[in-house]
Amino acid sequence: MKIKTLASAIALSGATLIALPSMAADTIKVGVLHSLSGTMAISETTLKDTVLMMVEEQNKKGGLLGKKLEAVVVDPASNWPLFAEKTRELLTEEEVDVIFGCWTSVSRKSVLPVIEELNGLMFYPVQYEGEESSKNVFYTGAAPNQQAIPAVNYLKDELGVERWVLAGTDYVYPRTTNKILEAYLKDMGVAEEDIMINYTPFGHSDWQSIVSDINKFGSAGKKTAVVSTINGDANVPFYKELGNQGISSEDIPVVAFSVGEEELSGLDTTPLVGHLAAWNYFQSVETEENEEFITQWKAFTKNPDRVTNDPMEATFIGFNMWANAVKDAGTTDVDAVEQAMIGQETPNLTGGVAVMNKNHHLSKPVLIGEIQDDGQFETVWETDGVVAGDAWSDFLPGSKDLIADWTDPVKCGNYNTETKACSGQNY
Amino acid sequence: MNAILTLCLLIGALLPFSVAHAATGEATVQSGSPMLLELTKTKLSKMPAVVEKLEAEGGDAYLPLFRTWLAGNLYYVKSNRSLVEKMGSGKQVTFQAMFSGDPMPDLKKKQVKKVKVNNKLRGKLRSVIARIQLTSEDSSVREAAVRELLAKLDKNVIGILEGLHVKEQNLDVKAMIATALSLYAASDKSNSQSVRLSAIEDLSDSLENDVRNGLTKLTNDSNKAVAAAADEALVSINQRVERYALVDQLFFGLSLGSVLLLASIGLAITFGVMGVINMAHGEMIMLGAYTTYVVQLMMPNHIDYSIWVAIPAAFLVSGLMGVLIERLVICRLHGRPLETLLATFGISLILQQLVRTIFSPLNRQVSTPTWMSGSLEINPVLSLTLNRLYILAFALLVFMALVLLLKKSSLGLNVRAVSQNRNMAKAMGVKTEWVDAMTFGLGSGIAGIAGVALSQLTNVGPNLGQSYIIDSFMVVVFGGVGNLMGTLVAAFTLGIANKFLEPTTGAVLAAILVLVFIILFIQKRPKGLFPQKGRAAE
Repeated sequence: MKIKTLASAIALSGATLIALPSMAADTIKVGVLHSLSGTMAISETTLKDTVLMMVEEQNKKGGLLGKKLEAVVVDPASNWPLFAEKTRELLTEEEVDVIFGCWTSVSRKSVLPVIEELNGLMFYPVQYEGEESSKNVFYTGAAPNQQAIPAVNYLKDELGVERWVLAGTDYVYPRTTNKILEAYLKDMGVAEEDIMINYTPFGHSDWQSIVSDINKFGSAGKKTAVVSTINGDANVPFYKELGNQGISSEDIPVVAFSVGEEELSGLDTTPLVGHLAAWNYFQSVETEENEEFITQWKAFTKNPDRVTNDPMEATFIGFNMWANAVKDAGTTDVDAVEQAMIGQETPNLTGGVAVMNKNHHLSKPVLIGEIQDDGQFETVWETDGVVAGDAWSDFLPGSKDLIADWTDPVKCGNYNTETKACSGQNY
Repeated sequence: MNAILTLCLLIGALLPFSVAHAATGEATVQSGSPMLLELTKTKLSKMPAVVEKLEAEGGDAYLPLFRTWLAGNLYYVKSNRSLVEKMGSGKQVTFQAMFSGDPMPDLKKKQVKKVKVNNKLRGKLRSVIARIQLTSEDSSVREAAVRELLAKLDKNVIGILEGLHVKEQNLDVKAMIATALSLYAASDKSNSQSVRLSAIEDLSDSLENDVRNGLTKLTNDSNKAVAAAADEALVSINQRVERYALVDQLFFGLSLGSVLLLASIGLAITFGVMGVINMAHGEMIMLGAYTTYVVQLMMPNHIDYSIWVAIPAAFLVSGLMGVLIERLVICRLHGRPLETLLATFGISLILQQLVRTIFSPLNRQVSTPTWMSGSLEINPVLSLTLNRLYILAFALLVFMALVLLLKKSSLGLNVRAVSQNRNMAKAMGVKTEWVDAMTFGLGSGIAGIAGVALSQLTNVGPNLGQSYIIDSFMVVVFGGVGNLMGTLVAAFTLGIANKFLEPTTGAVLAAILVLVFIILFIQKRPKGLFPQKGRAAE
């Protein structure tokens, strides 16, 4: 039985592989720019599969504008400069109509100049640090005000946290997010000595002294919490060390922005129970849309244990919005689709409706969940309505006055409301 | 249907309930209490009040309920709202009736719903459990219960504690209760100044975290004398804490050193003794870690012993892979270090992608045996994590075994002979090719063993090896190529230096500083800490 399914799976994947290039030119091409090898493969392969699933679904419904969709998958191999080259390849050689891709901010920054030069269209599905809005990119993941700020508010109001550890991996997303959070906390009257900031290298595995420092920092009689922007891989040894040193989630809760169901599926969650994560989506949310999506995903991957996560929902929303925008515009022309995208509405998997704003960011609900022993999250708090994604943070001195608005008459990604001028910088 | 019927019968049987007797530890409770029904209906934010009511109603009879709830195993049957306890985890989940413990084999996961618990509630449950356990049989449980209550002292708790203090026989528990009483007396403003001062005096030799927190609050007290005394007590406590922190740091350093030692000791043989620059060394470690994963998959019910199977298995898997690489690639590139470097780098990429294809790019879950988790608590501020302690001992053991093997066995003699003078050894009848293969296999096998240890500390994923390859080369070069003793000293030196730098400079800068130090050191002494002397040096 098992061998049979395996054989059919191989046959099927073989068939798609052969089928793709042989299709007629009269298809709409969807570029998939996610790393399938290297360090980021762990997270990005899932998103590649999500896009393929969405393409398959759309084709079952008859494609778009009477044409079939065709996925073009490339592998930028977790190599940032290669992301730019692969984008150029997708846009000039394959002539794709849209790209779904990137995970790390540095890969996105590497793609930006190419996609703006060649006037392509990209959907970026991961939570990021903000401070950006490009005409050619739609950001379907969370901006800091849709993840970090609500999480801090939750800790402060619900748990009474007074002392803050901002721990992150040493790269652009944690650095910018922590800068925003530090400014926000100081605005709220938190003293300098009640904030501890710590950065560690990628894949850091020896957390003994940092965890012991956090423990010491937390023994000052004030409720302490850790706001973690620690990147994927390094989280496992971090939580393990917390458990080993006997720090429970009631003593010092950790709220993470990069730990989702997918990351949890690779580890023993016992020491993590009760720690928190802030996302716009949890697999455990019980709605009809979500149940359908999960069933579809498990069927597509032929693995009943596969989990879903937030960037997958962001891909799902992005894809549906793009499909609707193409239908509305009646063409796949980038400029027309870009204008049709603004104001698009599509159902969230967690209930409610996501709206694409003028600044190319989404309005989405924010959820805080506690990690359970089965690797899932239990929603413990959520925002009343949706939160509009903010391209430029209100808490940083340099970007306070900036807004992004891609409709007439502004048509600018970084319009200064004080000087009434667009900086002219492309992104 | 069956389950519901049993439950109805059960409720009927239990209705004329008898109040539990704490000493027997067996509780009989009324399952049909309306308060219990509340558990299945109340919102999470209103739950703490329900917990209090439950404590007032059932007291220690509800202890198993509170414990199950705290562990997140409390569920209720959707159809009749009766409470059940979840047993087991993963795919082998079963349910049993709460309190009676009757198995309910027909109950499916879809028919039950979890009674939610969040951090606030966990804190509440913990203090309720602590209050109940103050009268436990076990003295260590009583001590832990008092410690748990240190941060939550109020008039009621103090009343109970005062009563217990008189009766308590165990000295440790008595001292802990005294600490709690002093802490409350010191912060109670209705007490006279002299009472508060003497209470602070009593607290000044306690290392408990909550005592320090309490004293910190007292330093801002309106009574100047009390504030000054609290300040003084804090200074003396902090001095002792600092001393223990130093011990802690030393332990962290030794532990990092042991990881470095394990990772580099295999390389010390392949690179140090044979002179082969093996870029695939990290992947040998990775293979060892994946072997641990596979072994655990094959014996899911004996995780505690899986490590003992995994160690020889990992040695064999990585060792055989090493022999294979040596026979197929490295022996053909003898004396061409640059080509060897490139070839082994290629092999490392091939192995990584192979693992990705076979096991998926996601990290694999390796469980920690129960005897390796937790920590050895020496006092409230100093506790050594058990897994690190075992790995430190294990690293030293592997090191000594290897030194013995090289010094005392005939293989060791041959290895040393070949590494000193290949042609001469050949002339003496040593099968150099065989020795090469065995040496490389040995080095790789030990890397595999290191993988078993590392699987307990870090992610088991395709990139596991890459994060250790640079460190391994650094240790071997710093210690002196070809010298096992040098590797030992270098690993611990770098580990300790790193951990002492980290608190002041941060992890990123500490790593950089160590690298800069090594570069400068190699400039001064190109052959490392313990350069080889005599003929072997040429």
